[in-house]
Amino acid sequence: MANIIISQAVDGGLTFYMPKKDLEEKVLSLEFTEADKWGGELKLASGQSYYIDPMAEPRLPKSLRARRMD
Amino acid sequence: MTKLNKDEAQALIQEVLEVYPEKAKEDRAKHLSVNDTSDESQKCVTSNRKSLPGVMTIRGCAYAGSKGVVWGPIKDMIHISHGPVGCGQYSRAGRRNYYVGTTGVDSFGTMNFTSDFQEKDIVFGGDKKLSKLIGEIDQLFPLNRGVSVQSECPIGLIGDDIEAVSKSSSKEIGKPVIPVRCEGFRGVSQSLGHHIANDAIRDHVFDREGGGNDVEPGQYDVAILGDYNIGGDAWSSRILLEEMGLRVVAQWSGDGTLAEMEQTPKVKLNLLHCYRSMNYISRHMEEKYGIPWVEYNFFGPTKIAESLRKIASYFDDSIKEGAEKVIAKYQPMMQAVIDKYKPRLEGKKVMLYVGGLRPRHVIGAYEDLGMEVVGTGYEFAHKDDYERTNQDVGNATLIYDDVTGFEFEEFVKRVKPDLVGSGVKEKYIFQKMGVPFRQMHSWDYSGPYHGYDGFAIFAKDMDMTLNNPCWSSMTPPWKASEEADKAAVA
Repeated sequence: MANIIISQAVDGGLTFYMPKKDLEEKVLSLEFTEADKWGGELKLASGQSYYIDPMAEPRLPKSLRARRMD
Repeated sequence: MTKLNKDEAQALIQEVLEVYPEKAKEDRAKHLSVNDTSDESQKCVTSNRKSLPGVMTIRGCAYAGSKGVVWGPIKDMIHISHGPVGCGQYSRAGRRNYYVGTTGVDSFGTMNFTSDFQEKDIVFGGDKKLSKLIGEIDQLFPLNRGVSVQSECPIGLIGDDIEAVSKSSSKEIGKPVIPVRCEGFRGVSQSLGHHIANDAIRDHVFDREGGGNDVEPGQYDVAILGDYNIGGDAWSSRILLEEMGLRVVAQWSGDGTLAEMEQTPKVKLNLLHCYRSMNYISRHMEEKYGIPWVEYNFFGPTKIAESLRKIASYFDDSIKEGAEKVIAKYQPMMQAVIDKYKPRLEGKKVMLYVGGLRPRHVIGAYEDLGMEVVGTGYEFAHKDDYERTNQDVGNATLIYDDVTGFEFEEFVKRVKPDLVGSGVKEKYIFQKMGVPFRQMHSWDYSGPYHGYDGFAIFAKDMDMTLNNPCWSSMTPPWKASEEADKAAVA
């Protein structure tokens, strides 16, 4: 489990940021994006993917716990 | 010499890498690349990795990042270099972050406070010494607004509990005492020190009881983050923002105070100049207080106009008009500067190697003068910095991360730039090689370079360095006559 921050990108997409590694990546896709179910698998531009427990859609930016999937 | 094309640049990198042993070569190859504007994938060099043992690196340590960069310039606090005397003494007042105030009375920026660790402190621990020291400081300098404890390496090694001492001392003196765990051995460069310092501000400055209630919040409040006022940089930025109608309530951390930092969570927008050293706290304020942040660049009129408009877009029409007015007001002055210096500088090539933001930020200023940046690199940047750099540099520009002394010299020998911009450790090597050089950390004791006023000084300095008559006198007379004879025979 790693601490990450998801924030709104300028181009309308999402940005993934991991403070521990100073890693900023574009989010390519997020599994669930509905208002009451948000989260799931998170695909990054670097090819990695992470998993966030689904939740009600948070106000961004938001610190979250994520699990690496690969 | 004409500019290298992409293949030539790639070949140059391979050639330079030849001298390394196999393993080192493999590692260094990842840190060097040639920018390709046609490449959509935007591949970046490897960065923020430990430097190879045996090479000459120019990096600093986490203490340098925290005490030297982020905390040091906060003028009304006393920053104790906790540990042996050298770290603080040899970095004292070297960074030229200007401030207003009476040093030793209400400001302490250029002073060095240290616990001067001796053998007995290493053996028996230095906590008692620290607590005594803080008491003495408060007695001798009663106008200080707080104390920060900047740990040096031994503190982490012997396991002193500076947090506990800080807490009890804070109660004793009735002022904040902030422990910062920035031991030099942490991380690979000063970059982690910035992060640790940002986290210390987050944990110990914001939300402190009784802090941050001095100023009535207004709708045009902004804070300047990541401007260290080197040679007065923050002042020449600040006047532009104020002129367009914004109220700058805080400067981090050049000419900054503790009260300004406490005020920052109430601003409407954070203006971020040095992304590398202050993005952590900006992200925190965005999440916790809902304050958006925007990166800006105040080097050269093109980038300044772009940045002023970008900043104004966060506010209402009166600010947008203000921004246009400021741009229009300074445009003729800037045109005069460009008209004067561009003919003398046009077409000259520059190679840069600086810290964490200038390798990309100053490119615009050079381009305004008709100069071209043919190589650039960072000491301690991360991947996100290189991503931002790729958009700013042209095709076939050399990119080098944590460049070694050898590589940098070889690159300069082969690329033959007309000007090299880097720090004091590189300065004399290149000047002795006959290459004009400007220090881009300390502005070579000139400055400010930020803002419109700064650009005029920047242009003058570049001209002064590049077109200095000394560069034509590099060959001693007895050799010059031999060469002239040879030329005459031929």
